[in-house]
Amino acid sequence: MEKSDFHGTQLQAEQLTETINRLKSEKGCLMHILQEAQAIYGYLPIEVQSMIAEQLNISLSEVYGVATFYSQFSLKPKGKHRVSVCLGTACYVKGADKILAEMEKQLGIKCGECTEDGNFSIDSCRCVGACGLAPVVTIDEDVYGKLTPDMVKGILEKYKEN
Amino acid sequence: MKMVNLKINGTAVSVPEGTTILEAARKAHIEIPTLCFLKGISCVGSCRMCLVEATGARGLVASCVYPVAEGMEVQTNTEKCRKSRKMTLELILSKHKKKCLSCERNRNCELQRLSLGYSVDEDRFKGEDFVLPKDMSTPYIVRDNDKCINCMRCVLDCQKQTVNAIGPIGRGFHSHIGSAFDRPLSESPCVGCGQCVIACPVGALSEKSSVDQVWKALGDPTKKVIFFVAPSIRATLGESFSLPIGTNVEGKMVAAIRRLNPYAVFNMDVTADLTIMEEATELISRIKTNKPLPMFTSCCPGWIKFVEQTYPELIPNLSTCKSPQQMFGALIKNYWCQKNSVDPKNVYTVSVIPCTAKKYECERPEMAGDVDCAITTRELARMIKTAGIKFTELEEEHYDNPFAFATGGGNIFGATGGVMEAALRTAAHMLDGEFQVMDFFAVRGTKGIKEATYLVAGHTLSVAVASGLDNARTIVEQVLSGEKKYDFVEIMACPGGCVNGGGQPALSDSVRNNVELMESRAKALYNCDNNSEVRRADSSPVITMLYEEYYGFPNSRRAHEQLHTTYKADKKI
Amino acid sequence: MTSEQLKKIHQKYSDLIKIRKVVQEEGEKLVKDSKYRKQVLVCGGTGCTSSQSLKVIEQLEQSLQELEIEDVLIVKTGCFGLCALGPIMIVYPEGVFYSQITPEHVREIAQRHLKNGGKVVKEYLYQGTIAKDGSIIPFAETNFYKKQLRIALRNCGVINAESIEEAIGAGDYLALDKVLNEMTPDDVINEITASGLRGRGGAGFPTGRKWSFAKASNSREKYVCCNADEGDPGAFMDRSVLEGDPHCVLEAMTIAGYAIGAKQGYIYVRAEYPVAVERLKIAIRQARAYGLLGRNILDSGFNFDIDIRLGAGAFVCGEETALIRSIEGHRGEPRPRPPFPAVSGLFGKPTIINNVETWANINPIILNGAGWFSCIGTHTSKGTKVFALGGNITNVGLVEVPMGTTLREIVEEIGGGIPNGKKFKAAQTGGPSGGCIPEQYIDVPIDYDSLLEIGSMMGSGGMIIMDEDTCMVDLAKFYLEFTADESCGKCTPCRIGTKRLLQLLTKITEGKGEEGDIEKIEELAYHMQQSSLCALGQSAPNPCLSTLKYFRKEYEEHITDKVCRTGTCKALATYHIIAEKCKGCTLCARQCPVKAISGSIKQPHVIDNSKCVKCGLCMENCKFGAIYRK
Repeated sequence: MEKSDFHGTQLQAEQLTETINRLKSEKGCLMHILQEAQAIYGYLPIEVQSMIAEQLNISLSEVYGVATFYSQFSLKPKGKHRVSVCLGTACYVKGADKILAEMEKQLGIKCGECTEDGNFSIDSCRCVGACGLAPVVTIDEDVYGKLTPDMVKGILEKYKEN
Repeated sequence: MKMVNLKINGTAVSVPEGTTILEAARKAHIEIPTLCFLKGISCVGSCRMCLVEATGARGLVASCVYPVAEGMEVQTNTEKCRKSRKMTLELILSKHKKKCLSCERNRNCELQRLSLGYSVDEDRFKGEDFVLPKDMSTPYIVRDNDKCINCMRCVLDCQKQTVNAIGPIGRGFHSHIGSAFDRPLSESPCVGCGQCVIACPVGALSEKSSVDQVWKALGDPTKKVIFFVAPSIRATLGESFSLPIGTNVEGKMVAAIRRLNPYAVFNMDVTADLTIMEEATELISRIKTNKPLPMFTSCCPGWIKFVEQTYPELIPNLSTCKSPQQMFGALIKNYWCQKNSVDPKNVYTVSVIPCTAKKYECERPEMAGDVDCAITTRELARMIKTAGIKFTELEEEHYDNPFAFATGGGNIFGATGGVMEAALRTAAHMLDGEFQVMDFFAVRGTKGIKEATYLVAGHTLSVAVASGLDNARTIVEQVLSGEKKYDFVEIMACPGGCVNGGGQPALSDSVRNNVELMESRAKALYNCDNNSEVRRADSSPVITMLYEEYYGFPNSRRAHEQLHTTYKADKKI
Repeated sequence: MTSEQLKKIHQKYSDLIKIRKVVQEEGEKLVKDSKYRKQVLVCGGTGCTSSQSLKVIEQLEQSLQELEIEDVLIVKTGCFGLCALGPIMIVYPEGVFYSQITPEHVREIAQRHLKNGGKVVKEYLYQGTIAKDGSIIPFAETNFYKKQLRIALRNCGVINAESIEEAIGAGDYLALDKVLNEMTPDDVINEITASGLRGRGGAGFPTGRKWSFAKASNSREKYVCCNADEGDPGAFMDRSVLEGDPHCVLEAMTIAGYAIGAKQGYIYVRAEYPVAVERLKIAIRQARAYGLLGRNILDSGFNFDIDIRLGAGAFVCGEETALIRSIEGHRGEPRPRPPFPAVSGLFGKPTIINNVETWANINPIILNGAGWFSCIGTHTSKGTKVFALGGNITNVGLVEVPMGTTLREIVEEIGGGIPNGKKFKAAQTGGPSGGCIPEQYIDVPIDYDSLLEIGSMMGSGGMIIMDEDTCMVDLAKFYLEFTADESCGKCTPCRIGTKRLLQLLTKITEGKGEEGDIEKIEELAYHMQQSSLCALGQSAPNPCLSTLKYFRKEYEEHITDKVCRTGTCKALATYHIIAEKCKGCTLCARQCPVKAISGSIKQPHVIDNSKCVKCGLCMENCKFGAIYRK
């Protein structure tokens, strides 16, 4: 396993400890803590999972088993802007695969990867529930619907400037 | 208990309520094939081999988890069942590294046995696969995930041991078993107990074989190869040669090893006796000088690793005695070499042990060199077979002197409670010369935790015995919280002790599910003890000789230098 | 809060809500007694917020302020259902329906319509509400709405989902009040049983039976769970209910808690539904503050509380035993049943799990009686069903129809037919667990049993309409990709079977199919149905089997003739140049990696299909749309 470039701060560690202490009496708290931890760090590297395992007094392998079961949890850092292409049925039927291909082409990365400058990452998702607008892409909190491949470039431009 | 009546393949059986179809079928003398099921460990209904037809159920049901019902009719061998099992096998085989000829489990593989029965086409569903690196990182276990069939038996066993070194990773087709972050096993909290290895139905888990090194040493004219065999091996080796479980094969075993042409074959029970002398003395001294109590036994390397990794605060409570294996190595390389004027460099010590963790133990830096190589029961059996020795036809032979004779107390080291009982015999006698009791029934048996209190020479001796790390953890937590107070605690990492060690013959689930394995094997050892004339270590002429000639007295300075050791905290999660 | 206080709030708000439910004339009468001259409802569901409906609301507030209009109430509601036309805005008492509204439109509507004496701005109305003679049809009378019967969705798009007062005004918590004051737990279960309500999550197990099992289980600790892990791609019924009327779920769960003897409930909801989660949180907070959750509910001595648990992206967690594992904080792997959750469920205690839509049906049954409910629907399937209508259909959106409605009614009347003049080919119901309904069954009344009979299933309610351009092999492959991806990996038939089935389908779509592949697929699919541990694996082959059943010829064409009649499967497609459109720019010939295109400058080009490797570059790059795939 390659060493991860983990740059967790003291503040993040304190936030995590506070979260764990707050939630640990809750029955079945591991998922909840992982979600909060990902919100704090953006992803769940070994350093973060080890802190969770240690403070909950459970094995790292259990934490890792849960973290790798759910697609929402990420072991790799994500881009500053997160592109998520919906591949749900409604979007697929309306050509979401072509939108994804165009995204990959424009950013030069594959789905699940992050650009070298850390600005963008692409993921696919299953139905954000905006089927009326299929095909749909979300970038961070923004939703783009009724897309065609030629619209992709222009949309990405907006995020490149920041 | 309420009984339930049902029919299995037309045969009426009556079983207690809550029984599974699988168990009930045994009553009707029918074996249903299983892969993921392992009695007492794994019951998850995931492999789908044991599917049967049952009235009142929709589709096929997993007999290992499905409870019987009054009036139920079960069919275990219909076309539908057979077809389903065949397909399941074909799917498993479509992503299984089929290197059967070179597989350590060849002809002892549950997948292979079932495949034969269902005449499968191993390539029918071949397709995309993913390859994972073979994990050779530890000195004791090899994990070859490409042979893994995701039955989860190893994981559940590791969970039961409360070690959790391995677990399921990812999901779907790509789900696999491994340590957290797919790191090598050596970086996980694995203690090397090897319970996973004997739980594995296929060749995905095996010991790291040292057979080649032993052959090499045996063929080296400059080396005097010395074998010494742990107490439990006599009770299990026979299984590798199709003898009934619990057959004592000591004589044939010695004869077979001698035919491998070592310099000598010794009895490791001798250092079991020596351990008792050192440990009992240490215990009494701890009690009398107010040193940390309870004292925990230290014969089991899996347990030692567990303490160092999980409960380092308990290190002061561990007996400083080396394990019998390490004592034996030290005894050979010092006393024996001196006495026979042999340069220790020319001696190659091979221990035969029921254990995978012992392979790690002999590589521990503070003891390195005492034991050159440790091989498991399985490896010894393989060597005997390779050498073409007809094991069952051999005449019985005796161990070589001077380390042939051992006491009944040494024999029972291989079963949970054995160390405790042997130690109690000697410790009680040390405290009260009149004390002659030999049988401490309360600490015998395969129960996970046993407790007893004895009154000896005005001392109340409170003891506990635990086997299996889950039970060990329970005891440790109780001791640490102050809930329980003991003077002496015996711990064995493997449930049932060494007779059920991770280096013992791997029996298929169809056997393991249906016999009381630990009891049968342990019985062979207790029979030895019962039949021996000397049952207490301090009465052994060999032990007397060793102290008179060499060590002086138990816990002497020389004994401390050669027979005791140290531990180091190494916290792992 | 006491029963009386609840009724007071109900009275106070019900008039306000009623205006949104009655016809124009009556509404106008009611408005006279109201402090609001008009009410403007803007959809705040995920569909419309994705098309910027929140900006519409902002603009509306600003415009009203600028125009100093104070007697117009703005209500941010849940989903109206017609998602394709979002953002949607409805103005009462007229009941007019503005669609695809932008902030600019809003400024104009405020000016021209909302001001005192203003008139409807016809050009921004939903076209379906304008009759041929130019008169305005109330939107409830449009094709999309008139065949619908909204029970589960009764308050969606009607109330402000973030206001408990509006929810109470619309009738929420009245059923709870009735239950706590007038009914025994057995009465409740009998009522639900008598109604014939079946689980809306997919399998259709009778809800009352489930509850009675849990009630019969002897335990001091029991749990009530709401399955809101709507993972079926293309389905968003549950999300819409949670966004539009979260209180109805809280109320129904509390009723179930009372009926089975539970004190704690959990809602397991997808983390991908942030709006729904937020509204649930608000609703729980409000309900606790009002004494409608927590200790001594409505002064009855009954205690019940609800917590939210978020899923983390695993379709299998919609399976109830997997959901339980997930709430317990583990990998969401299903376990064999029995024991059923009603006997041993969450934390080993008796547990009932119902899906959102099922919960949404409970309160009307309690209030209106089992007899009322069981009159709706078919013999074996009572009540209504919500469908998320998507795919190649004009009115993409959410519809609720009585059980027994035919597919034709849904597609042609409610759905407005297939766009672009294409022909209906099939409808996929039940998502990755379901199957397709071909044209020959378009007139079958839809209920649990009829769908099973024709090889599909109700599922949670996703309904994807496909036109003639859809390749059925590719569709089966799409669903298998999904299930292979979402298989938990626990049992052999699903872990390896989904992958191998997918590989066989991929092989066929890539033109590498061989004789015997179809039989192999069928054999494997049958095995997975029979032998998988949970419903995911058992139903994973359904899309494949049902397309094989009705479109076997298409599979055979792929395998034998190496043809994909829809042109979907790239490897099987052939590319052609329309001579009339080709300007002879040579771009395609230059792009072609294998020099399969020839022609002179300014002359129509041709493609040599024996050389073509089907990369599609020519078609992508043609600026004149002169190249097509067949």
